[in-house]
Amino acid sequence: MIYLELFLAFLKIGVCTFGGGYAMLPMIMEEVEAHGWAESAALLDYVGLSESTPGPFAVNIATFIGESNGGFLGALCATLGVVLPSFIIILAVAAFFAKYSKSFFVKGIMSGLRPAVVGLVASAALFAALAVFGAGRDVSAVFSDRNTYVSLGIFALSAFLVFKPKLHPAAVIGVAATIGAAYGAIFGI
Amino acid sequence: MKKIFELFLTFFKIGAFTFGGGYAMIPLIKREAAEKKKWVSEDDIMDIVAIAESTPGPIAVNAATFIGTRTAGFPGAAAATFGVVLPAFLIILGVSALFRITSDIKWISYAFFGIRAAVLALILNAFVSMYKQCPKNLFSYVLAGAVFVLAAFLKVPVAAIIGGCAVFGLAFYALCGRKRE
Repeated sequence: MIYLELFLAFLKIGVCTFGGGYAMLPMIMEEVEAHGWAESAALLDYVGLSESTPGPFAVNIATFIGESNGGFLGALCATLGVVLPSFIIILAVAAFFAKYSKSFFVKGIMSGLRPAVVGLVASAALFAALAVFGAGRDVSAVFSDRNTYVSLGIFALSAFLVFKPKLHPAAVIGVAATIGAAYGAIFGI
Repeated sequence: MKKIFELFLTFFKIGAFTFGGGYAMIPLIKREAAEKKKWVSEDDIMDIVAIAESTPGPIAVNAATFIGTRTAGFPGAAAATFGVVLPAFLIILGVSALFRITSDIKWISYAFFGIRAAVLALILNAFVSMYKQCPKNLFSYVLAGAVFVLAAFLKVPVAAIIGGCAVFGLAFYALCGRKRE
């Protein structure tokens, strides 16, 4: 039953992600791969579109994967799943709120989770890099492919724009999309 | 009832006008919920950020639920959360359907060739900002490195890694964390 699967997968994602947004990516990748909900390249497309549309990243990506696999109802189940844990937890926390983030337990747990998230996002970056540069192919095929170098160039420019002038992610996506479209139209991909 | 509708409307607006979510929403939430509506104080906003960092889930949902509860109890929390989620939900419904129809169009697929490379840069950016938030000590470096190997190469389920790190962090903090403070 696709609706229940979507709900449960995103419920799990909602429970396990601290730090929001990209911290969710490794687990989303894991679930999407396990259920065959999207190709890894398509998942990167969803991430790009989620960054260029308003709203919380997690909700965007849940709705996206839900809709593309189960239509409106699928989107509803996935979004409900990703939102429900934080809704319930905050309802509980709001009561004894001030003490919460200073409590021994929370401090201890967070001292383990902060580094964990760094490691997880690094693994997401590796996963994304493999998808962008066409993993699964022969190494020599990757290096003799013109597209590899163009991707590398767009990546370098995007990284520069996002780190140096601190351009908004949606604007960086726009620039990269334009370059990609122009390159494809002129040289073919 | 009027307050509940106002909560919905305000958070709908916040959901509709912030790209990327998360911390990008905080300034807008501060302006709307603290300065304009006076539902919470500005100090509360700082606390909300601290809480959101140490509870699971999207920051925007955490903040909406928290301010909603404070202002009008459970119905307020439900209205604010529904409001902040609804714009993204509706927009993505449309975008996703459109994406399915148009992804065969050549120049659109070319554009996504560029977008994928940019997304890699955005993930790298997220990595750097998370690294900055992380305490710089041997424990953190070893743990982050171990998690990377476990997740990327050994394909250990992410939920198990998160659970393990929570226990590990708590144990380490109990043993030697408090001395340092």
